[in-house]
Amino acid sequence: MSADLTSLGLAEARDALAKKEVSSRELTSAYLAAIEDATPLNAFITVTADHALARADQADARIAAGEGGLIEGLPLAIKDLFCTDQIQTTAGSHILEGFKPQYESTVTANLWRQGGVMLGKTNLDEFAMGSSNETSFYGSVKNPWRRDGDSANLVPGGSSGGSATAVSAHLAAAAIGTDTGGSIRQPAAFTGTVGLKPTYGRCSRWGVVAFASSLDQAGPMTRSVRDAAILLRAMASYDSKDSTSVDIAVPDYETALTGDVKGLRIGIPTEYRVDGMPSDIEALWDKGIEWLRSAGAEIVDVSLPHTRYALPAYYIVAPAEASSNLARYDGVRYGLRVDGEQLQDMYEQTRAAGFGAEVKRRILIGTYVLSAGYYDAYYLQAQKVRTLIKQDFEKVFENVDALLTPTTPTPAFGIGERVDDPISMYLNDVMTVPANMAGLPGISVPAGLSSDGLPLGLQVLGKAFDEATILRVGEMIERAASFDARPQSWWSAS
Amino acid sequence: MAVIQGATGDWEMVIGLEVHAQVTSNSKLFSGAATSFGAAPNTQVSLVDAAMPGMLPVINRYCIEQAIRTGLGLKAKINLHSVFDRKNYFYADLPQGYQISQFLQPIVGEGVVTLDMGEGVTREIGITRLHLEQDAGKSLHDQHPSQSYVDLNRSGIALMEIVSEPDLRSPEEVAAYLRKIRTIVRYLGTCDGNMDEGSMRADVNVSMRRPGEEYGTRCEIKNINSIRFAQQAINYEARRQVDILEDGGAIAQETRLFDSRKGETRSMRSKEESHDYRYFPDPDLLPLVLTQEEVDAIEATLPELPDAKKARLIADYGIGDYEAGVLVADRVRADFFEAVAKNRDSKLAANWVIGEFFGALNKAEKEISISPVDADALGGLLDLISDDTISGRIAKDVFEVMFETGKSAADIVEEKGLKQVTDTGAIEEMIQAVLDANEDKVEQYKGGKDKLFGFFVGQVMKASGGKANPKAVNEILRAKLGG
Repeated sequence: MSADLTSLGLAEARDALAKKEVSSRELTSAYLAAIEDATPLNAFITVTADHALARADQADARIAAGEGGLIEGLPLAIKDLFCTDQIQTTAGSHILEGFKPQYESTVTANLWRQGGVMLGKTNLDEFAMGSSNETSFYGSVKNPWRRDGDSANLVPGGSSGGSATAVSAHLAAAAIGTDTGGSIRQPAAFTGTVGLKPTYGRCSRWGVVAFASSLDQAGPMTRSVRDAAILLRAMASYDSKDSTSVDIAVPDYETALTGDVKGLRIGIPTEYRVDGMPSDIEALWDKGIEWLRSAGAEIVDVSLPHTRYALPAYYIVAPAEASSNLARYDGVRYGLRVDGEQLQDMYEQTRAAGFGAEVKRRILIGTYVLSAGYYDAYYLQAQKVRTLIKQDFEKVFENVDALLTPTTPTPAFGIGERVDDPISMYLNDVMTVPANMAGLPGISVPAGLSSDGLPLGLQVLGKAFDEATILRVGEMIERAASFDARPQSWWSAS
Repeated sequence: MAVIQGATGDWEMVIGLEVHAQVTSNSKLFSGAATSFGAAPNTQVSLVDAAMPGMLPVINRYCIEQAIRTGLGLKAKINLHSVFDRKNYFYADLPQGYQISQFLQPIVGEGVVTLDMGEGVTREIGITRLHLEQDAGKSLHDQHPSQSYVDLNRSGIALMEIVSEPDLRSPEEVAAYLRKIRTIVRYLGTCDGNMDEGSMRADVNVSMRRPGEEYGTRCEIKNINSIRFAQQAINYEARRQVDILEDGGAIAQETRLFDSRKGETRSMRSKEESHDYRYFPDPDLLPLVLTQEEVDAIEATLPELPDAKKARLIADYGIGDYEAGVLVADRVRADFFEAVAKNRDSKLAANWVIGEFFGALNKAEKEISISPVDADALGGLLDLISDDTISGRIAKDVFEVMFETGKSAADIVEEKGLKQVTDTGAIEEMIQAVLDANEDKVEQYKGGKDKLFGFFVGQVMKASGGKANPKAVNEILRAKLGG
């Protein structure tokens, strides 16, 4: 096998392992070396090299014995929001620094059962709150991509920015992330990778540090749509430990990748043509429409009239849930504790020191919107909006099989550019948030480059539990776009 | 109605209760951890109860059934759609930083409890609602000079909060209400009702008003763990409020604590200091949806409840209202009575069960389950009374021996030769001997001193060692003296 094993994506590495062209130990070692070489990207908070090699050896033994799961021996990067047994899990926060869970999240347990090898835990916005990975206590992640002829560092998007960067820079065969308002799809779009947010209830939330419980959903972040199909199957399951998990069988998503979208009805939602959208994004969207049309899909203009209310409603619902979910980080039982004279002092000092500015902002917003006298005007109103958004989608999906939109209103921006402007930061999620509000699946597929050479993504949204269709459409776009641009490896010392 | 006479006129108590009853269940409301009382600190704590990151609650269906059962026992509406909410506040023994409870949509709606106030007087007390919620852990402040300890064994245990209407008017009614709730949940097996173990606690809301006028401002006395304390706290609080009102003052709405050592209530926090709990539906849990069929299936398994049992005992056994009330206060005691009364003189059975038997149990501080005299044994004793083998007087002595030794009544009567003498010839001989020995008294009797009849009876009974049939003695004696 050639020296550059890290050029193999999930499906390719899987096939190479099956043909015994390479061992899991060789693959794992290559990725561990790449990770070390890519330290400037700051994609990982914790690298679990010894653990990875031990798991790789076990995988090799199973492969040699003719056994092995769906992703046996494949090296993966795990967003540091998934609790991993005996391995530090920080959620990107100082308050959980050094925290080692005594349990394994259901999603990662599923991956290990299928033979996955964990390379390490990837950086993220603190408690997954952010769209640029700049809110992590462990420092910003740098996007492997830079603008043409410019050495300014760009954000990888967020909150799953570490996972996106790891996939984009070939620091892992694939990664997993979580998506509460776009945290998988937006960084995927910013880094030229594939990111899929499954239907709410498809992947278990058990053991995933909660941000906004009614919105959080784990999903795959990969180099190709096929890889996403493989990884989603391995991570999804019904879980009786998560009351919002749904008991629907997990299909073999790879079989959905037929390359045939003939007769599919693809909706183009008018409301996604937002003001000030760069012309190259608009042009890419039109290209996507044309690709699908010429592949035999029927293009239908549709309307999702409440789309414009999705973002404001999201920024009420998500902080409300977060303000309550994060109450448990109080210094009493685990994580950071800053002692105080009285219990109240300990709470205040622990949380003041443990949480960063964005997390505090959202806790304050969430506390405010749930307060007596404000609940009806904000939280209740937002829930009503949410119902209307769901109904918009339900109505549209009576007539179409999937929707096509851009993933983000802009390509990746510079580190520090928007950090003092939370509203413009929040606007990043305008196209991804509606799917979370409605609990629907969505996939971002890299489809082209911006005028200054940055990757852009197209998003396919689907019906509840119909990940197969968005994978099929996504793969069609992938084929048509034949996106093969790669970032320069400016970070590499070697 | 308890009326407090103030200098400016009468004041009436208005009381409403929130009873927190621990659901009888082997595991907690949202986790599989055990719930037994008295375990070593922090030994019954799951990852969920400790609110570790990423942990999620899963509803324990058995606790739901128990709440439905209790709701049915309170003759209440069961809501087929209910919602669990988060009640947010910070405390060291509340690991999640919120309590999962039910706020706007509880599992049980309005119901009614009938109180038996004695002498045929009953009072209907409205139930506002019953909802399920998690208990918190326990902070221990007396284990270390500068630190507090936290025991999470109770964290997550299922509680039913039973809220009454402000229909109670006296400490006696409150006591009757608490006893009735306890009886109902014990009949249903949904809560053990042990207030001393904290399985049942009450928050008591007290306000005062001029009879018939609008409600006054209330104070809530938190966490009362005995019926006696509830009464003491209400009496103290009513007096305190009347004193303020009589002086022209106003009651400040607040939460108060009862100090059982001093017998006083004192302020804990004012309304202004009260928490804003920021209730909202728990996004980790879906709404709880039940079908009428499920509710009906549970209803079909309900045992006979105290009110129905009381009515039946009166109708079937012809016993009095008071006796029936005493018997049904405890299901085991009522069952015991029925076992004794079956095919026997039921009034005799009621008198014996309530009088001698309960008296002996109370004196020995024993429960029926470990009583040395079971229902068959007591029935055997009553049979000996009914067939005139022994007199009621002798039976009491026999019962004492039964309770001490566990032997059967028949064996004791046999061993001690206590069998009643019914042979009229023998009795006549004894009577004649007594009369012969007391000729002077016979003269006096015949001279009109009627009271001496009792003296003769006593002498005959004494001579027989108590065994002479009293009826026969009376008859023969009267014949001889009258002749």
